[in-house]
Amino acid sequence: MTTPRKQIHLAAHFPGVNNTTVWSDPRSGSHIEFSSFAHLARTAERAKFDFLFLAEGLRLREQNGQIYDLDVVGRPDTFTVLAALAAVTDRLGLAGTINSTFNEPYEVARQFASLDHLSGGRAAWNVVTSWDAFTGENFRRGGFLPQEARYERARTFLQTAWELFDSWRGDEIVADKESGVFLTDPGAGRFAHSDAHFGISGQFTVPRSPQGRPVIFQAGDSEEGREFAASSADAIFSRHGTLEDGQAFYADVKGRLARYGRSPDQLLILPAATFVLGDTDADAQELAREVRFQQVSGQTAIKFLEQLWNRDLSGYDPDGPLPDIDPDPGENTIARGRASVRMHRDPLAIAAQWRARAEAGNLSIRELIIEVTGRQTFVGAPATVADAINTLVQADASDGFILVPHITPGGLDEFADRVVPLLQERGVFRTDYKGSTLREHLGLAPLPAGTAAGREAAS
Amino acid sequence: MLIAARVAPVTRHIGLLPSVVVTHTEPFHAAKAIATLDYVSAGRAGVRVRVSASSHEAAHFGRRDVPRPNLRDRDLRDRDDPAVRELTAGLFDEATDYVEVMRRLWDSWEDDAEIRDAATGRFIDRDKLHYIDFAGDYFSVKGPSITPRPPQGQPVVSALGHGPVPCRLIGRSADVGFVTPRDAGGARDLVAEVRAAQAAAGRAEDTLHVLGDLVVFLDEDAAAAAGRKRRLDDRAGQQYVSDAAVFTGTPGQLADLLQDWQLAGLSGFRLRPGVIPDDLEAITRGLVPELQRRGAFRTAYAAGTLRGLLGLGRPANRYAPAGRSSS
Repeated sequence: MTTPRKQIHLAAHFPGVNNTTVWSDPRSGSHIEFSSFAHLARTAERAKFDFLFLAEGLRLREQNGQIYDLDVVGRPDTFTVLAALAAVTDRLGLAGTINSTFNEPYEVARQFASLDHLSGGRAAWNVVTSWDAFTGENFRRGGFLPQEARYERARTFLQTAWELFDSWRGDEIVADKESGVFLTDPGAGRFAHSDAHFGISGQFTVPRSPQGRPVIFQAGDSEEGREFAASSADAIFSRHGTLEDGQAFYADVKGRLARYGRSPDQLLILPAATFVLGDTDADAQELAREVRFQQVSGQTAIKFLEQLWNRDLSGYDPDGPLPDIDPDPGENTIARGRASVRMHRDPLAIAAQWRARAEAGNLSIRELIIEVTGRQTFVGAPATVADAINTLVQADASDGFILVPHITPGGLDEFADRVVPLLQERGVFRTDYKGSTLREHLGLAPLPAGTAAGREAAS
Repeated sequence: MLIAARVAPVTRHIGLLPSVVVTHTEPFHAAKAIATLDYVSAGRAGVRVRVSASSHEAAHFGRRDVPRPNLRDRDLRDRDDPAVRELTAGLFDEATDYVEVMRRLWDSWEDDAEIRDAATGRFIDRDKLHYIDFAGDYFSVKGPSITPRPPQGQPVVSALGHGPVPCRLIGRSADVGFVTPRDAGGARDLVAEVRAAQAAAGRAEDTLHVLGDLVVFLDEDAAAAAGRKRRLDDRAGQQYVSDAAVFTGTPGQLADLLQDWQLAGLSGFRLRPGVIPDDLEAITRGLVPELQRRGAFRTAYAAGTLRGLLGLGRPANRYAPAGRSSS
């Protein structure tokens, strides 16, 4: 007897506004037109993926005080695209990133409950926090939340939203023409919530949706983010896609669940992953190299270097050596609206590493940036990629992957046609949807009425 | 908003105008949502802006007290009460700012801002993206939008006006105003009020449609239509009333009324079916053929966009130097 194999979960990430997305390729289409979103969603659904994922950024990025122009710029509104996609798909989950800082719980809850109704139970919410005054300049609320208050607000935001979702049990509408009774309980939807961040009350206007509430995603990597996910999320969009790193993250986060009375299967770990396919492994490696050069143009390489150096380096030749000067260790002011910049916690040390690496390999600025910025997660012939994905999942480095194609909108087509059938042959990926809701695709038990949190409140 | 987006891919010609409550929401979110609706509908988006003076809606958001506590016991329909007048004026001034911000955000990308210039590695020409730098009494918004200029350039903006203050909003900011006349004379007065507000805003030359709102109960004979409404009234234990006039009668009688009110200056009508789907079907199967027989309503769509259907051209971009806009 063999141990039942873990089933892999797969999702599609619409290509983002960063240099992973190759816009210079002749096959690259619009990032705004609905047809591009419909194409990717239909490919994902044809391949029986769990869901499509949309990211969000509420202010255009800037560098050196100017709008950053080297990557794809601009995107449509998340809710509007997902609601329209509900019309052209039947089973695919629809996951949207919605900020908890520049929205209010009532309107977010209303929109997600509506999306869940309009899609027949396929909505998911990636809860993110943004706290910078830079983005705040586009909003009534304005900036800025100190780091320690971010997750505090996110937690109470989610708690408040759950109270709104739970304000309907789901059996109140009878609409009985004979008796003239529409609602069994005239108090359906009533809510009152008060804490340090939100004080709201009234009657929630959207009856209970098919899933009870959207599936909750969390994407932050910090200690607070992991704890938030363990307490409140159904899935984590992680950045730990390699074997050892993935296993460590997986064990860490799943190990936190018991404290909240949750079991390990109640939180899925889904790292982001990129891929390059070829007929042979050698073909794929060659193609992956070409893609890396498309992703990191000479201009892009200089901009990346500036983000670490925190200086204007526009005078440097991307095909020449690294600057002799050191990074400016002060507050990073060169790039704004970009999460990756905040990860350069010790610029001087990283610059030293980069210099050593460039000297050892005799690398130009562009070659170095290609080396040190994200390489493709999966590169190879379809069978190689299928095996790599399966190995990682079976080894508990993840429960599946959120795949980020580098071409819009056709970048997933080849994966759907050539890799998914191999995973299906191996018995580790569904050949058809068994349920209709995203919770069912993810193997999450239905929520009993009135329990959006899915558990007793944590002490 | 989401319902409009959900039906956009399954319709081809009809315009879609979701309502946005401007008192409690973010103009930045609304502008990109409407722009995106314009993309998913290939140029059929509009928006109806609505203010909210009710304290129970304010409590849903918890951001501010509307109306302020000292007005809680006032009758907000009492236009002679100076405190109510001040509240209303403030809410509608905010709505005017809100529309201004949406319109600037829609223009904050020039149409040809996306260049994909491989030689310089630039995806956009950032000189064709514009900060809107709006700062008003109620909010400030930096811009540019995260969403490029929508297919129509400017989606259609509409508002419902029951009095002089909302009429001023329509005159200053809208492409379509909805009004609620009781009869042809009332329609004439309301159209005159909107035209005066339009002229006062310096927009006399712009196309601004005034549409009449009507609740309709239709049947093959007038008595049957009235009977249908009466049965519902009996069931509810009170007579159904609306901010708009309630019509009962035949499709032919309704066609007579609409043509009569059209002569009073209305461009058209927003019909509210009394019962869904019965009265909606009576409109599409009874009223529409009747109007078509009279040569008073289109038999096919003559334009692909909502602006086109309303006879509104695609506007130039306010930020594009003259001669540079591709519109």
